[in-house]
Amino acid sequence: MNRYLKTFYLALIAGLALSVASWAHAGMAPRGTGDLGIIIERASGSVKIIETSTQTVLRRVEGFGDLSHASVVYSRDERYAYIFGRDGGLTKLDILTGKIVKRIIQGGNSIGGAISQDGSLVAVSNYKPGGVKVFDSKTLELVADIPAVSADGTQSKTIGLVDIPGQKFVFSLYDAGETWIADFSKSRTPEITKFTNTGELPYDALVTDDGRYYVAGLFGEDGLAKLDLWQIDKGITRILDGYGRGEEKLPVYKMPHLEGWAKAGDHIFLPAIGRHEVLIVDQRSWKEVGRISVHGQPVFVVARPDGRQVWVNFAHPRNDTLQVIDVPSRKIIKTFKPGKAILHMEFTPRGEQVWVSVRDANRVDVYDTRTFERLKEIQAEKPSGIFLTARAHRTGL
Amino acid sequence: MRSPLFVPAFFLSASVAFASEWEPAPERKAELFNLVIQDCGSCHGLTMKGGLGSPLLPQNLEGKDTDVLTAIVLDGLPGTPMPPWRSQFQDGEARWIIEQLKKGLEQ
Ligand code: HEC
Repeated sequence: MNRYLKTFYLALIAGLALSVASWAHAGMAPRGTGDLGIIIERASGSVKIIETSTQTVLRRVEGFGDLSHASVVYSRDERYAYIFGRDGGLTKLDILTGKIVKRIIQGGNSIGGAISQDGSLVAVSNYKPGGVKVFDSKTLELVADIPAVSADGTQSKTIGLVDIPGQKFVFSLYDAGETWIADFSKSRTPEITKFTNTGELPYDALVTDDGRYYVAGLFGEDGLAKLDLWQIDKGITRILDGYGRGEEKLPVYKMPHLEGWAKAGDHIFLPAIGRHEVLIVDQRSWKEVGRISVHGQPVFVVARPDGRQVWVNFAHPRNDTLQVIDVPSRKIIKTFKPGKAILHMEFTPRGEQVWVSVRDANRVDVYDTRTFERLKEIQAEKPSGIFLTARAHRTGL
Repeated sequence: MRSPLFVPAFFLSASVAFASEWEPAPERKAELFNLVIQDCGSCHGLTMKGGLGSPLLPQNLEGKDTDVLTAIVLDGLPGTPMPPWRSQFQDGEARWIIEQLKKGLEQ
């Protein structure tokens, strides 16, 4: 190449680099991420980065693989989203720049994840091969692999993975009916404590937001399993034993979710499995104190952050409807039909808006939770989960 | 993409070989496809690679009896989360779904 031409190109490149750098400074003013979140587009393996104050989509990012049943946790600085996909993919997304920082295929078939109390570890629970893998949240390098093989050699799918204080993760073994605590407080090789009597087919679990109680829903039994994490020597106890005793269970077309369970005051609102009911449980006695008949089999039962309302969506074939329960009166105060296949609801951190994904309408609707007015419709391709960054600071999410 | 020439040939051979086979109407087919992917997919994975429910790819169903699998779809597997779908489908529709799964949904 001609020497002059070379100099010219070099200068051109330098100039470009400079202008990009200054543009980055001027155009992209520093900003926080507390107003942001992502919408999973489950069929196309893409996500939309959204801003809740303006109710707008900032960008769309592709390349996440199979996102059916995807879930998300956030780094504690709320800048990075860790997205867990069905194909075993774990993707770290920078939501400020919309860039995928790193993507690995960590297992065959993952179902959900959690981030440790100090934010340094990301755990993923897998169906196949069943177990939990734990990664460094910066580099996504493998820190620990915990296969879910019980004493008799059964290989289990793992479900209900949550983080709890003390740099621990808790999860349950679907096939074997066990609950394990993995303690990373001393080293990156976890100490495992096992409870082998969780019950038949635990399908999902929740942890109360103080990190004290772990409650697993049981598919094979009419009841739930509870573990008091402040007194683990007391072991697993059964709660709501036989809540549907004597009644024929309806076919369950979609497994209910316990993550995103609703707590309002001293009461926890839970989806009844195989029934058109929401159960109300007193969090002190762990006894049922009431139930509310609803439109269908509940999937998500979530409380507005102030605990005054509980919103419920339903399983196929009644999944075109949303209901709102007024907590003080325990009455349904609103029934909407936004469209077919309502998959998820997410409240803004202080609860003035709720974002609702309506999969078959390819839409996410934003509602005012006080007036129930629809504020905005946002186009999205087969939207499922909606995850706002405020989750970064909640135990168990 | 299937070549346009191939399509009539395919239909011809299909109608000869399975003259008595029942098929859902085209709109119902589309509905059933969507339902299999989205609703069966919520347990079996959108791509049928498995989830809480077992994988339903052609290689997983190969050699398994169509009648037995059709009965599982209609009546469920008691004691497991596999629900009965009898109130949602006619028998022929359930069989048609199994046939599609055996061929692979990608086709
Ligand atoms: C609520 C979850 C759930 C849904 C929804 C669901 N399944 Fe299943 N299905 C299961 C589970 C779990 C099993 C495995 C049961 C076992 O053997 O433990 C299963 C097993 C099966 C089997 C037997 C597979 C084999 O290799 O023997 C077939 C076929 C099947 N499902 C088809 C379907 C179809 C078709 C649909 C949609 C119309 C569907 N399932 C929806 C949970 C579900």
